[in-house]
Amino acid sequence: MKQKYTQTILIIVAAAIFYVFIKTLIFLNVLSPYWQLVLDQSLIVTIGALGLSLIYGFTGQFSLGHAAFYGIGAYTAGAISKTLGHGSLLWFIIAIVAGTLAAALIALLIGLPILRLRSDYLGIATLGFGIIVKVGMDNANKVLPVLGGATGMSGLTTVANFEIIFIFFLIAILLLKNLIYSKYGRAFISIREDEIAADAMGIDTTRYKTMAFALGCGLAGLAGSLYAHRYPFLHPSSFEFLKSFDFLLIVVLGGLGSISGTIVTAVGWAFLLEGLRFVLGEQFIDFRGVIYALILVITILMRPQGLFSGKELLFMKPPRLKTPTNREEGSHAGLRN
Amino acid sequence: MLAVDNIQVFYGAIQALHGISFEVKEGEIVTLIGANGAGKSTTLRTISGLLRPKSGTVKFDGMDITRVPAHKIVKMGLAHVPEGRKIFPDLTVRENLIMGAYTRTDRTETAVTLEHVFQRFPRLKEREKQFAGTLSGGEQQMLAMGRGLMCKPKLLILDEPSMGLSPILVEDIFKIIKEINQLGTTILLVEQNAFMALQIAHRAYVLETGKVMLAGSAAELREDPKVRSAYLGDVVDIA
Ligand SMILES: Nc1ncnc2c1ncn2[C@@H]1O[C@H](COP(=O)(O)OP(=O)(O)OP(=O)(O)O)[C@@H](O)[C@H]1O
Ligand SMILES: [Mg+2]
Repeated sequence: MKQKYTQTILIIVAAAIFYVFIKTLIFLNVLSPYWQLVLDQSLIVTIGALGLSLIYGFTGQFSLGHAAFYGIGAYTAGAISKTLGHGSLLWFIIAIVAGTLAAALIALLIGLPILRLRSDYLGIATLGFGIIVKVGMDNANKVLPVLGGATGMSGLTTVANFEIIFIFFLIAILLLKNLIYSKYGRAFISIREDEIAADAMGIDTTRYKTMAFALGCGLAGLAGSLYAHRYPFLHPSSFEFLKSFDFLLIVVLGGLGSISGTIVTAVGWAFLLEGLRFVLGEQFIDFRGVIYALILVITILMRPQGLFSGKELLFMKPPRLKTPTNREEGSHAGLRN
Repeated sequence: MLAVDNIQVFYGAIQALHGISFEVKEGEIVTLIGANGAGKSTTLRTISGLLRPKSGTVKFDGMDITRVPAHKIVKMGLAHVPEGRKIFPDLTVRENLIMGAYTRTDRTETAVTLEHVFQRFPRLKEREKQFAGTLSGGEQQMLAMGRGLMCKPKLLILDEPSMGLSPILVEDIFKIIKEINQLGTTILLVEQNAFMALQIAHRAYVLETGKVMLAGSAAELREDPKVRSAYLGDVVDIA
C-alpha cells in the first residue's frame, strides 16, 4: 500500500520536472510552436494508446478499430463545443466528458455481445466498425451539417493547451497503473494469459473483457475529445483504419503489457512521424509508409517482445503483491496449523 | 455432494455426451476412466460451468448449478484443474497461486492456505519467483493442483493430473491426491492411468463414447475382467 503512494508521488514529481523542462524550452525558444503542437499531439496519442494497451496489451483482446473510438470522441466533443461551447471552459469539460462517455458506451454495446464468445471475433467486429464510422464521418453532414462530412469539420476553438493535455495525460497514466496493479488488473492479465484458466479461477471473463474494452475505448474517446480542442479542424482521414493500425503498432512495439513501453513508444512515434516529414520533405512524404514497415520489421527482429517486453520503468513497477507476502505472518500461520 | 443426472452435451452438431449420470459423495475420491475421446474432459467442463448441457442437470451441494456461470461455481467451492494444466505462463509461481484465491476476500486466511500449499509442494516454494512457463512439466502439474487448492474447495476436480509425468512423479502426485482427500476435500479424478486411479479411488465409473458403461467400487472394478483387459493392460484373454 505504502509503496503505491510513494510511486504516485514519484510520478507526480517526475511530471513536475518534465513540465518545468518543457516550459524552459519554450521560454528559451528552443521549442517552436510547431513542435509544441507535435508534443501535445504526442501526449494525446499516448492517452489513446494507453487505452489500447489496456485492451490488447493487458487483457489480450485484439481490436482493429481503436481510431474509430478516438474519432467518436473527437466528433462528439467537437460538435458540442462548436455548437454550444464557443470556447467556454465549462462546455469544454462537458464536451470532454461526453466524448469519453460516447466512445465508452458504444464500446460497451459492441463488446457485450461479442466478448461473450471466447474466440477472436472482436478484431473482425472492430475492423468492420472502423469502416462504418469512417463512412459515417464522410457522410455525417447529410444528417448533421455541423459535423462537416468528407471535407472535415472546421471552426473549432482551441481551448486545450499543453497544461490541460498534460494533466489528462497524467490522469490517464495513474488511472491505468492503479487499475493494472489492482485485483481487476490481475483478472485482465489472467484472461490474456489463458482465458479458460481464468474462468476456472472464478473470474467472470466476459465482464472483465467488456470492462477493459469499454475503459480502453473511453481513453481513446478522451484522447479524441482533447484532439478536437487542440486543433481547429477534424477530418475523417485522421480516424481511419491506418490510424487504428498506428495505435496497434505503438502498443506492440512498446511491448505488450507494459505501460512504460506504450508511453515511450507513443511519444516517440508522434515525433518520428513529424521528424520524417522534415527529413523526407513533402514530396517524399508517402515514403513514411516504407519506413514504418522497416521500423516494425527491425524492432520485431531485434526485440520480438517489443521495446519493454512487459517490463516497466522504475516509477511504474508493480507494487509488491498485496496478497500476503509477509514471511513472518506466513510462518506463524504455518506453525499454528 | 455432486450429482450429475443424464447430461447430454454437444459440440456444434456432434454429440459428445449421451446422457451421463453419476454422483460423488462427500469425502470420496471418485474416478472417471475411459479411452481417449470417451468424454471425460467434456463431463468435467460441463460440471464446472465451462460448457452447457443440452439437457440434464448438475447438482452441487443440493443446488442446481446446471446454468450457473463458471465463476460463480468456483465461489461455491468447486475447483477445476483443467486438462493440460493451463497455468499462467508469464506469471510467477506465487502469482499463479494467488490467482487461485481470486474469489477469496479473507487475506490472512489466504496466507494460511498459501503456506499449506507450499508445505505440500516444497518444490513450488523453492521456485516461488520463477515464471510458471519455465517450470518442468511435473512442476507445472503441481502448480496447477496447488492453484486449485488455493480457493479451499469442497470438491476438487482433476483432469489427468498424471499426464506426461515420469512414473516416480506419478506416484507422488497420487499420494498427494490421497492426502488432500484425507484432509477433507472431496475429489473427482479423471485419469488415463486407470491402474493408479483405481488404487486410490473409492468408487469409479467407466465411460465409453459418451456413456457410462460400468460403475462400482474401485476394488470391484479392479477385478472386473473387461476393465482389466481394456484399461489395465491385462492379457487375461490371451493367457
Ligand atoms: N472443442 C471441441 N469441439 C468439438 N469436439 C470436441 C471438442 N472437445 C472435445 N470434442 C470431442 O468430444 C469427444 C469427447 O472429448 P473429451 O475431451 O471429453 O474426451 P476425453 O475423454 O477427455 O479424452 P482424453 O482422454 O483424450 O482427454 C471427442 O470425440 C472429442 O473429439
Ligand atoms: Mg480429456
